[in-house]
Amino acid sequence: MSLTTSRVEPSIAGVGDYIELMKPRVMSLVVFTALVGLLVAPGRLHPVIGFVALLCIAVGAGAAGALNMWYDADIDGRMARTAARPIPAGRITPGEALAFGLTLAAFSVVLLGLLVNIVAAALLATTIAFYVLIYTMWLKRRTPQNIVIGGAAGALPPMIGWAATTGGLSIEPILLFLIIFFWTPPHFWALSLYRADDYARAGIPMLSVVAGPAETKWQILVYALILMPLGILPWILGYAGLLYGAVAAAAGAAFLLLALRLRGEQRGFAASKQVFAFSILYLFLVFAALLVDHMSPASFGRFAA
Amino acid sequence: MTMSALMNEQKPDRGIRLTERQARARRARSIAIAVALGVLVILFYIVTLVKGPAVLVRPL
Repeated sequence: MSLTTSRVEPSIAGVGDYIELMKPRVMSLVVFTALVGLLVAPGRLHPVIGFVALLCIAVGAGAAGALNMWYDADIDGRMARTAARPIPAGRITPGEALAFGLTLAAFSVVLLGLLVNIVAAALLATTIAFYVLIYTMWLKRRTPQNIVIGGAAGALPPMIGWAATTGGLSIEPILLFLIIFFWTPPHFWALSLYRADDYARAGIPMLSVVAGPAETKWQILVYALILMPLGILPWILGYAGLLYGAVAAAAGAAFLLLALRLRGEQRGFAASKQVFAFSILYLFLVFAALLVDHMSPASFGRFAA
Repeated sequence: MTMSALMNEQKPDRGIRLTERQARARRARSIAIAVALGVLVILFYIVTLVKGPAVLVRPL
């Protein structure tokens, strides 16, 4: 990517463009999973400090998004899904996005370290660095395993939330990490099935481009198979109550059924779009159930026991 | 009259003139930065109240 294409005339970037640079939809999922990690962790965190922690996590996620858009501006411009993003559309220069992303990254990590704790700040810094350096700059254009390994960045927020409350880590947040880690590949591969042309045009070696739809659908099924027992593991290990176990089992079974149906689909993309949409619902359901289960008097404190 | 003053008289000011769209965008960005700074000031104030004098003493 080159910075020599910078515009010389004054910027026309609006506030909305900078917000778009922070990938607000991704950010909302990050904040939600971090919030659950923060609330189900043992111990009490003052609401104001909890808010600061979530704000820092949100801003850190936004920074990672901005840096991703800075680096990927060239390929974003070649994909229909991303061509209207602020940099390829010419509303923000790459230099502006880079400065914005670096500033937010430094600010969010330092603030989290100073006002909450160092472990949470270190995890946030790791998340941003992993997403930008490992996923965006290294893996994304080189291997079909890009989102498998890169998915670790998106899986870290509940651990950051947990660390914000406890100042440390344990097996419970690692379980939450694993759920998101194994959820990420089927989520993005379902998207890549009906956006394969886009990815191919941009030269991104997504599994659907490199190995074809049949192999991608098989891999989605494998990951859905792993995800189902993994989702109910917090209940099996006694960290969560029956409510959580029931929701996680039902959502996991539905995910599996959709993945099976996707594998049988011969033409069209209805099933892959369904898997993609349901995967978002799955993550929301599992984490919301964990939160509700934790808040309910019957299982109060179980996750933290 | 000095040479530079003479030259300034002869050449009209060619400084950057913002279009209406650019000026509007800059104003919106300036307001957003001001709001963000204001929110930060309030946030730091509240955190100081919450944490007390040991605002920078935090668990590892």
